[in-house]
Amino acid sequence: MMRRLEAAVVAFPAGLLGRTALAACAGISMLATLAHPARAQDGERGKLVYEQWCSQCHGLQGDGTGPAAQRMLTRPRDFTRGLFQIRTTAGGEIPTDEDILHVINVGMPGTTMPAWEALLPEGDRQALVAYVKSFYPPFATLPAPVPLTLSSGGRASDDRIAEGRLFYDSIQCWQCHGQAGRGDGPGAAELDDEWGNPIRAADLTQSWMFNGGSTADDIYRRLRTGLDGTPMPSFSDLLNAGFMTDDQLWSLSHYVRSLSPADPPQVQEVIQVERAARFVEVPRLASDERWDEVEAFYVPLVGQIITGDRAFDPAVTSVWVQGIHDGTELAIRVTWSDRSKSPDPTWQQLWQPRVLAALEPKGLGREPGARPDRLSIQFPAVIPEGMDRPYFLMGDSDTPVNLWQWRSDQTRPQRATGRGVNDITTTGPGILTSDAQWVNGQWQVVFRRDFEPNNAETELRFELGRPVPMAFFVWDGDSGEDGTRGAISTWYFLNLEEETPVSTYIAPFLAFLITGALGLLAITRARRRDRESAIGGTPAAATAASTS
Amino acid sequence: MRESKQLFRVLMPMVLAAAAAGCGGGDSGGGGAPAASEGAAAPAAMPFDVATAGNVSGMVMFEGTAPAPAAIDMASEATCAAKHTSPPTTEDFKVAGGHLGDVFIYVRSGPTDGMTFPVPAEAAVIDQSGCQYVPHVTGVQVGQTLTFRNSDGVLHNVSASPTVNRPFNIGQPGAVRETNRTLTSPEIMVPLRCQVHGWMNSFVGVTANPYQAVSSEGGTFDLRNLPPGQYVVEAWHSRLGTQQQTVTVTTGQTAQITFTFTQAMIASAVVPMGAPLDPHDHGPVAMGTGSTGEHVHGAAAAAGS
Repeated sequence: MMRRLEAAVVAFPAGLLGRTALAACAGISMLATLAHPARAQDGERGKLVYEQWCSQCHGLQGDGTGPAAQRMLTRPRDFTRGLFQIRTTAGGEIPTDEDILHVINVGMPGTTMPAWEALLPEGDRQALVAYVKSFYPPFATLPAPVPLTLSSGGRASDDRIAEGRLFYDSIQCWQCHGQAGRGDGPGAAELDDEWGNPIRAADLTQSWMFNGGSTADDIYRRLRTGLDGTPMPSFSDLLNAGFMTDDQLWSLSHYVRSLSPADPPQVQEVIQVERAARFVEVPRLASDERWDEVEAFYVPLVGQIITGDRAFDPAVTSVWVQGIHDGTELAIRVTWSDRSKSPDPTWQQLWQPRVLAALEPKGLGREPGARPDRLSIQFPAVIPEGMDRPYFLMGDSDTPVNLWQWRSDQTRPQRATGRGVNDITTTGPGILTSDAQWVNGQWQVVFRRDFEPNNAETELRFELGRPVPMAFFVWDGDSGEDGTRGAISTWYFLNLEEETPVSTYIAPFLAFLITGALGLLAITRARRRDRESAIGGTPAAATAASTS
Repeated sequence: MRESKQLFRVLMPMVLAAAAAGCGGGDSGGGGAPAASEGAAAPAAMPFDVATAGNVSGMVMFEGTAPAPAAIDMASEATCAAKHTSPPTTEDFKVAGGHLGDVFIYVRSGPTDGMTFPVPAEAAVIDQSGCQYVPHVTGVQVGQTLTFRNSDGVLHNVSASPTVNRPFNIGQPGAVRETNRTLTSPEIMVPLRCQVHGWMNSFVGVTANPYQAVSSEGGTFDLRNLPPGQYVVEAWHSRLGTQQQTVTVTTGQTAQITFTFTQAMIASAVVPMGAPLDPHDHGPVAMGTGSTGEHVHGAAAAAGS
């Protein structure tokens, strides 16, 4: 209330003097600071907190060019243009104070912006709101932002999700987000934000990475408000134009939500490998339908930032791992979202040079080029006793690791021994085989090998029930990744389930049969004894009785 | 000293306008069509005596060889590719026979400063056709409806990146034929683009008065029915920057001016984008034909003359 009054009072003489809105605002903030010591204090607090916690990414001037900014592909926001992604206000409108506070509180999933609610006292967060707004002076003179009146969407149902898909097609969401929602649409390679930085279309199958939250409500709000500063427009006009109803927009939101798991994936340290049904080979192909029945384990990845050419913002942020064995042979399928089947000429031309130009570290002789997508699975050379494991970054000279390497430009995999990132020796595929498919922005790669290795001295031998340390490396070639520039995981354990599952199911049945047979035998014997003592029976009669 | 003079210049036309409004009586509403004077949509509400008006007419020339337009690969949008009988190309330089099209011409300053003009009832229309904006350069008046038409039947987004006005980013699927917006402040220029089709770009000039035009393919333009007096007229081109001319409008006459851009200007051009248009706020506007850009880019204006 008070604030609006000030704006009105100062705007009047400003108009008389023929000043622009911008100049007027500078005046207002100065006057306000002088007139209200309390607010001046607020401002000082906000500045202090901002410079301590926010400026490294968002810059001292609020222009999004802090020292860390160039290591992020989703760049820290430049506040000086008053463009905010996550709002409750219409497209192009400034956000409410609550909108800004909300983002400070909960952070922005899928980006480096953390949630500050538990880290900073509320007063500091409030002071930050005011300070962030001060980077865009028109906040002081623009009419107070009015949140959109948003309906509530009801429950998702199969019908609504199917209806949502129809609109996903007719609106052409797939132009950027792709047919299966993995951000691999025909227009995705060329996207940039308002500041000219390359930006990835959201992978709609990973709702836990959505910048503005993962619920259908969040998705509906983003469709109504757009994500200002990004290519994602507001679709509110579709309602006004009668193209679709509000209810149908909700169906679309439910559809988008349905592309991700109901709950965010949980990390489990042990990846269980199921035993295949008896006398059935483990799956050879990435597309084998049996994989659909096997539990998938979520493995988050981070950029390799320890050594060499670092990957501060890798393209691949997680993989899903499944395994099947048959007692002598092991198949592992790794599945991950990747917007392009590298090397893809379109992405190589429209995406890769921009990423390499935008992301630190630059140079290092890294030119755009045809790079494949790559996957490496890492095991120790022998199953370690206790918890000692080789250095997770491809081993070291004392404790080497085994690597199973796959790349999209070759049909056969490679085995390799790693003694550190710069000391990797490949030894050909041996008995290791692989199969891969890329469909709608997703790689599925299967490795297959006997428990017994080619060379028992240098390679790991798998054993039932003995967990094996395992780690993952993934590179997206069209994002310019290779060598030490890629995504890595920490150690996990791979556990080959023992035969117990089979015997567990069969034993009760066998026990039942044996008990039944013994029972019958006892009865028969008893009867025979009766008959023998009475009449004197024949062996043939006894046989007939026992088989009936 | 200077301010009081300007204040006079601002107030005087207002007094005249009030007088004119008194005579004309009534609001213009739908912008009716008495055929008394051509060009002015609602003469009754014009803030000066239209009987005193004069015109400016001119030509934009281009000397040298314009860079060859680059081919646009529309393979990712077959519907649009099919609309083009000849291979589509970039539209930066529309040069024909030494004449330059798609130059935005507008009154930078003059007797019209501070006058309030009726808002045209007709919308300015930008068509998205063949995955290009038609026209490539458009002028609108503050408050005038700007219509985005989708003739392609495919998804476009219209992302406007102004700095004075608030931005917008509209998702417009093929089935939504028209979407409207209005811009609230003068701004030279507002860039538009479509991120579904990265090659699509366009520019909108927003002025406080109706005295703006976009040069035709033959390089011609007309500014009609201006109050008499001395004006600074600016020509803006998306790659060649700006030029200014001082011109005196005389009642009943059509003053002629010519802008000449050259090939040599491309390298050093300063192209104002998202600049507020308020001649009173930034000190004296450079007179003559020197290039500008100092409003946005400080004093680093390119040479060019």
